[in-house]
Amino acid sequence: MEFIRNTHIDFIGFRKVAYTISIVFTILAIIGFIRGLNYGVDFAGGTIIQYKFTKAITAEELRAVLTQFNLQNSVFQRFADDEIAIRTIKLNDAQKNDLEKALKDKFGEVKIIRIEDVGPTVGGELRRTAFIALIIAVIGILIYVSIRFEFRPAVTSIIAMAHDGIIVLGLITLFGREFNTSVLAALLTILGYSINDSIVIMDRIREKLSLHKRMNFKDLINTSLNETLSRTVNTVLTTLLPVLSLVFFGGKMTQDFAITMLIGLLIGTYSSIFIAASFFYDWEVKKPLRR
Amino acid sequence: MIKNWKDLPWRLIITIALVALSILALVPPAQRIRLGLDLKGGSHIVLECIDTPEAPLDEDSVKRVVEIVRNRIDQLGVSEPIILRQGERRVLVQLPGETDPQRAVEIIGKTALLEFKDETGKTLLTGATLKNAQVQYDRFGRPTVSISFNKEGADLFAKATTANVGKPIGIYLDGKIISNPVVQEPILKGDAQITGRFTLDEAQNLAILLRAGALPVKVEVIEQRSVGPSLGKDSIRFGIRAAIIGLILVFIFMLLYYGWMGLLADIALVCYALFTFALLAVLQATLTLPGIGAFILSVGMAVDANVLIFERIKEEYRSGKTWRAAIQAGFDKAFKTILDSNITTLIAAALLFFVGTGSIKGFGVTLSLGIICSMFTGIWVTRALVDLLVQKPTFKS
Repeated sequence: MEFIRNTHIDFIGFRKVAYTISIVFTILAIIGFIRGLNYGVDFAGGTIIQYKFTKAITAEELRAVLTQFNLQNSVFQRFADDEIAIRTIKLNDAQKNDLEKALKDKFGEVKIIRIEDVGPTVGGELRRTAFIALIIAVIGILIYVSIRFEFRPAVTSIIAMAHDGIIVLGLITLFGREFNTSVLAALLTILGYSINDSIVIMDRIREKLSLHKRMNFKDLINTSLNETLSRTVNTVLTTLLPVLSLVFFGGKMTQDFAITMLIGLLIGTYSSIFIAASFFYDWEVKKPLRR
Repeated sequence: MIKNWKDLPWRLIITIALVALSILALVPPAQRIRLGLDLKGGSHIVLECIDTPEAPLDEDSVKRVVEIVRNRIDQLGVSEPIILRQGERRVLVQLPGETDPQRAVEIIGKTALLEFKDETGKTLLTGATLKNAQVQYDRFGRPTVSISFNKEGADLFAKATTANVGKPIGIYLDGKIISNPVVQEPILKGDAQITGRFTLDEAQNLAILLRAGALPVKVEVIEQRSVGPSLGKDSIRFGIRAAIIGLILVFIFMLLYYGWMGLLADIALVCYALFTFALLAVLQATLTLPGIGAFILSVGMAVDANVLIFERIKEEYRSGKTWRAAIQAGFDKAFKTILDSNITTLIAAALLFFVGTGSIKGFGVTLSLGIICSMFTGIWVTRALVDLLVQKPTFKS
């Protein structure tokens, strides 16, 4: 079985469309950033309490109880008919106990199966650490790529990587999803992964450049992309399959991670094929370095 | 044919040996894999000591906080607790298992300063002079806390009760009055009973707090993460399910797409899963829920190496090389690309291990180990299997 063989797709000819798509997504991402990242409890501080009731509870019923404590603006995450997590501002022990008591009065036996309670100082620290981690990751990858590759392929791969990171985080924000430590983990992995796809393609272009000095530059890049297309698609599929399995079968607790990974994989692949090589092409055409 | 030492399929022998060692390292899995609190259930609590004018913070007071918190947790009967000082003024407490997180926080975070005050509000003596505290029942069957003082406390208490016969002595816990009994007669033996309107739980908590002693400074719970064992079990179940389905999907894909070579990649993939978990066990690394996510993710990355190699072999074969030569060239040429592409992900993963906290650290560890194992199985183990089926090309001819 083989899906992709001897394709002759004119990727470079498609680049204007690709740039437009990317610019639109980047603008969407920036709108997301302007509206502000939706920090999770880890980064913003606050309390998550997951309750297990003995019967099915509706969100309205629960909100009615929370209103008594001025917590009606809390965010709910349903795990099952009888299992709901609420995210509130940081509650102290007395408040938690009072809330539990009120819920018990209304709904009968209630069990707390998860508490995440992060004070504002810790939240601030974790947020700072997260951004430091992102910056160090980018610097680490920059150093590696600049040692290992020539200037232009390195720069274009990194532009593609930045493109992926910005769009993924922007889309997450725009969809109203939380930015928490799981999303950070996924984001860092995506950065590494995005570079990896671009590198395979850039490697091929470099190899072709030294082998076929006379070849038309556009054809050369298109051939490289087509030759590696099977590999690009297959490696994405093999990574996508487990991630999809995690999205659909992994339960709610890993959802943030899985969905971020899913978006990242799709965007990362797109940018490696359509953005990195196209950028490299335009650069070379405008300011040729080739002998 | 095997004629001398050099012809032995070394790679295969080593692979089989590693598989055997990995199985040894992993049996029984429940005991060999160290689970994080998010999977086995438990509480992670961070306390911060607060500097107040009444109780200024110094090096010694933080040390005593650690000691007293340890005492209190010992009283709770938690098995294998971890109590560590973190930085200048923080104390990390990890309590595995079914401990009621609310109760744990209540007991750990309370200052538990017991004071006896006369009518004018003057402090007569404090809990620092206590010898013991026990839950007992009064004649109505209500739980009370009976306390006994040490020599110094008994003297002070005798003096206080003598001076206040017929008057109330207020018993305060952390500044809040819990009982205000009227002294009937001087108590000289150094025994007393605190009869608040306690529930049994409250009485037990108070007894524990009084036995372990008051904290020298105010503390605040600045971070708490508790997961009930049932939720942890659910997470494990979901994680295993997603991992198995993911593995099967990748298995089928490789088999359909690459035929017999895909089957070899699948065998290598099984080795990969085995090696990764064996390494986790041997290094005593902690497997967390994000760690399971990392494992599932790296399943895809593990066959990535195979895809790179197989695609390269196909290309080389199409360009007119013999199978053997194509295989040799495929492995050689794909090697550098595999290394490059994995190193960038490894940089990100390793970073999460170093700067991450708690369960995210587990993600970094598992992903880093996964990437290393995947390069090994993707290149080396697959090579061993391919060599088994296609005899090694000899370069003499």
